Amino acid sequence: MAAALPAPRWLLAGAAALLWACCGSAATDGIQDQAEHFFRSGHTNNWAVLVCTSRFWFNYRHVANTLSVYRSVKRLGIPDSHIVLMLADDMACNPRNPKPATVFSHKNMELNVYGDDVEVDYRSYEVTVENFLRVLTGRIPPSTPRSKRLLSDDRSNILIYMTGHGGNGFLKFQDSEEITNVELADAFEQMWQKRRYNELLFIIDTCQGASMYERFYSPNIMALASSQVGEDSLSHQPDLGIGVHLMDRYTFYVLEFLEEIHPASQTNMNDLFQVCPRSLCVSTPGHRTDLFQRDPQNVLITDFFGSVRKVEITTQTIPLDPNLGGLETRAPNDEMATEPLKYAEQLPVAQIIHQKPKQKDWHPPGGFILGLWALIIMVFFKTYGIKHMKYIF
Amino acid sequence: MAADAAEKERGKRAALSFAAVALVLGLPLWWKTTETYRASLPYAGISALGSLRFQLTVPVSVVFAKGTLPGAQQRRLPLADTREEEILLNRKPSVTSCYEMTYRSATATEQAALTMATVQEADAALLLLQEDLLGSLTVYVIPETSPLLPQGIGVYIGKHRSAVMRGTQGPGDVLAAISARVQQIVQAMSFTTDSITTALSDRVPMDQLGTDTRRPFKSSLGYEITFSLLNPDPKSHDVHWDIEAAVNSYVQPFLDKLGSVANFSVDSQILYYAVLGVSPRFDKASSSFILSALSLPHVINPVEARLGSSATSLYPVLNFLLYVPERVHSPLYIQDKDGAAVGTNAFHSPRWGGIMVYNIDHPAPDKAPLLLRVDVDMVRVMEVFLAQLRLLFGISQVPLPEEFLLESPGNNGLTDWELDRLLWTRTVENIATVSTTLTSLAQLLDKIGNIVIKDDVASEVYHAVASAQTAMLELASGHLGSAFQASKEAVTSSERAFFDPSLLHLLYFPDDQKFAIYIPLFLPMAVPILLSLVKILREAKQSKKEPMKTD
Repeated sequence: MAAALPAPRWLLAGAAALLWACCGSAATDGIQDQAEHFFRSGHTNNWAVLVCTSRFWFNYRHVANTLSVYRSVKRLGIPDSHIVLMLADDMACNPRNPKPATVFSHKNMELNVYGDDVEVDYRSYEVTVENFLRVLTGRIPPSTPRSKRLLSDDRSNILIYMTGHGGNGFLKFQDSEEITNVELADAFEQMWQKRRYNELLFIIDTCQGASMYERFYSPNIMALASSQVGEDSLSHQPDLGIGVHLMDRYTFYVLEFLEEIHPASQTNMNDLFQVCPRSLCVSTPGHRTDLFQRDPQNVLITDFFGSVRKVEITTQTIPLDPNLGGLETRAPNDEMATEPLKYAEQLPVAQIIHQKPKQKDWHPPGGFILGLWALIIMVFFKTYGIKHMKYIF
Repeated sequence: MAADAAEKERGKRAALSFAAVALVLGLPLWWKTTETYRASLPYAGISALGSLRFQLTVPVSVVFAKGTLPGAQQRRLPLADTREEEILLNRKPSVTSCYEMTYRSATATEQAALTMATVQEADAALLLLQEDLLGSLTVYVIPETSPLLPQGIGVYIGKHRSAVMRGTQGPGDVLAAISARVQQIVQAMSFTTDSITTALSDRVPMDQLGTDTRRPFKSSLGYEITFSLLNPDPKSHDVHWDIEAAVNSYVQPFLDKLGSVANFSVDSQILYYAVLGVSPRFDKASSSFILSALSLPHVINPVEARLGSSATSLYPVLNFLLYVPERVHSPLYIQDKDGAAVGTNAFHSPRWGGIMVYNIDHPAPDKAPLLLRVDVDMVRVMEVFLAQLRLLFGISQVPLPEEFLLESPGNNGLTDWELDRLLWTRTVENIATVSTTLTSLAQLLDKIGNIVIKDDVASEVYHAVASAQTAMLELASGHLGSAFQASKEAVTSSERAFFDPSLLHLLYFPDDQKFAIYIPLFLPMAVPILLSLVKILREAKQSKKEPMKTD
């Protein structure tokens, strides 16, 4: 009896203390959690590779798909220097576009996803399987400019979005070649071997899209597709003014979902998996998370679509001695003495106006002229007889 | 009849010779011509590198001043000792740190230096007497009652590669008594278990690493440093900063010291009308504007698009931004997560750079001219930027007990032993990178059958393996400088080999496609040969049976 009494008492006391401790720390934990969550995901920068693989006017919707993802990704914070945008055809300046310089994603021309500052890195015929694989694996010729490279490191989260026409195990590029799911899986493995990504999100919106992620075997990849093997991904709605279908269903609903995300939102990947159920999309979207280490519940949308930087407060300084440096402060008056800068002569107009026509070098008459004259002379002598020859020569 | 038999014989021989030629000549020829060209690679060397057992040797000399050792122990000097320690990685020993200690007594000039007025002067004088090799350390032991070190300080670590510590007074073996403290000093000035684990972070599971590993830039051959002045309110502030002189005085010495580590290029720019992405709150209590710690991550993105870092070189870029807040938002302070104002008014982002907010004193509104000329105090700014630069390079403070006095690096920005620390970790990191790259290249070649290896790629791989082996040997013998150079060469070669544009696998043939290609070529040729061979065999069997029958 004596042993039984103190036991529940200290149990109660212990439980009470625990509860109190929990409540007390819950308030500070909230802010602490948010701040520490920044480091939980392990990435310090974000990249996006957005690929549209179809050309021709009737594939307008694929370009609109890619541009709407581009727009969301830029709005959520990823800068152009970290986005590789590959568009296989130019819809905005296509001669068949009734509204030039625009690409719409909603009918009745509600939303122009082309905007003012689209930076396309690979355009038109530069979008090939070879270039795409070179971008992913980093085996790029040394003369390629920085904007065309994927300069990710081992702490980069990369979003890869592909759209176009596809089939069971392949994706068609430019109507002339295709990339198979094995090549894509090998490319991702090469990226993993060289630690070119921390985590990768792969989204594909094509017919039978799920076949493209079947063969992945590298860790830390999460994949989403718009349709299963054997199903077609359908387009959303045509616009009667433009005359083509404007978007694909899956990307349309993903765009609607992303419009509600802002850089500080806490929405996670499970919500993205629920986007576009069968009733809306007709096809069944699929996803694959077995290669991914974290639970999708803990993965924020902004981990891939946005670029939330981790920051630390700088608490230390290095004491510097200003006298040792020999710092000369320039007097303000000196600034005036520098001569004003002006542009170099772009076009020497004066020279061009007063130019004399260039003396062309003399060339002997070419074959055609010679042949023509020979013909004329022959006809002349045939008609009038050879005796006239001595009067000519 | 005989002619028929002869015909048949000739036919048989013809069919057999066709089959023989096809098998002996054709099959090997087809095999050889459809092979992908692979120049030979040192697979043995690569797998040896893959097992990656380091030995890091630090040569340490411990110098005893007069009066620190009793006579009997003095006679034992000079003495040499080697101490080894294993650093476990993934519960397997893979790094052995070896400290080669040499104990000796001070020479006359050293003794004179150790009796100078202040320890800083002593440090400067001792520098002239040392060999000052990269990676080596010298610890001077002075008597416990010596006035050289200030009160309460037991150890002084100078700007160069030497430390001064107080000896113990009591009886007993002085060497044994001070060995623990000497070990502490040596680890602080060369490398610790944590720093080596960080360098090998690729091989360590992520949960064992701290935030320190994600902050510094990875080892690269070059860096681009950009200083930007952001002036969002040019109609109120006319901001001038003498960045060129400041860089030459304060940043360039730091970069020169790191010259052997990487190439640096520095540029600067001024951006007008560049606003922060976050609007600061007004705090009535301090009548100033506040940027809370939670809103800081959203500051960087809108600015980054305008920094123009995409036009610069292929090296990683470090951005340092100085933000002069608008007149209506002055003064602007940064608060940390506890709500206290930050002294430096600056923050940094791992692997990106740092931002500092520079507040201006505004005169009273009626006396103020329309356009206020501001000359930025570059010393204050550079103190913060240098601190951030050091953090981003991974030069962080080792936690040391109270009685250690660390000399600040001063205008050089970096002490010699901090450089040594950086070189130790960078060398280890480089060799680990080479090992990973080459191992993955070998695995890749194994897995994907149709990648071509050209001769120049193969020679780069050989060079990388040889340099990595040299680097490991030099590390084991204690020559840090040459080890680092060799590791840098190894990394350059291995990266060039791995990222060579010719290594692209483009053709993937699944098995059914292979059949589809070869069957139309080989079947028409193979069917008649096979059928005639079958016929020949059947006739041979029959002719064997017939003699048995007639018998």
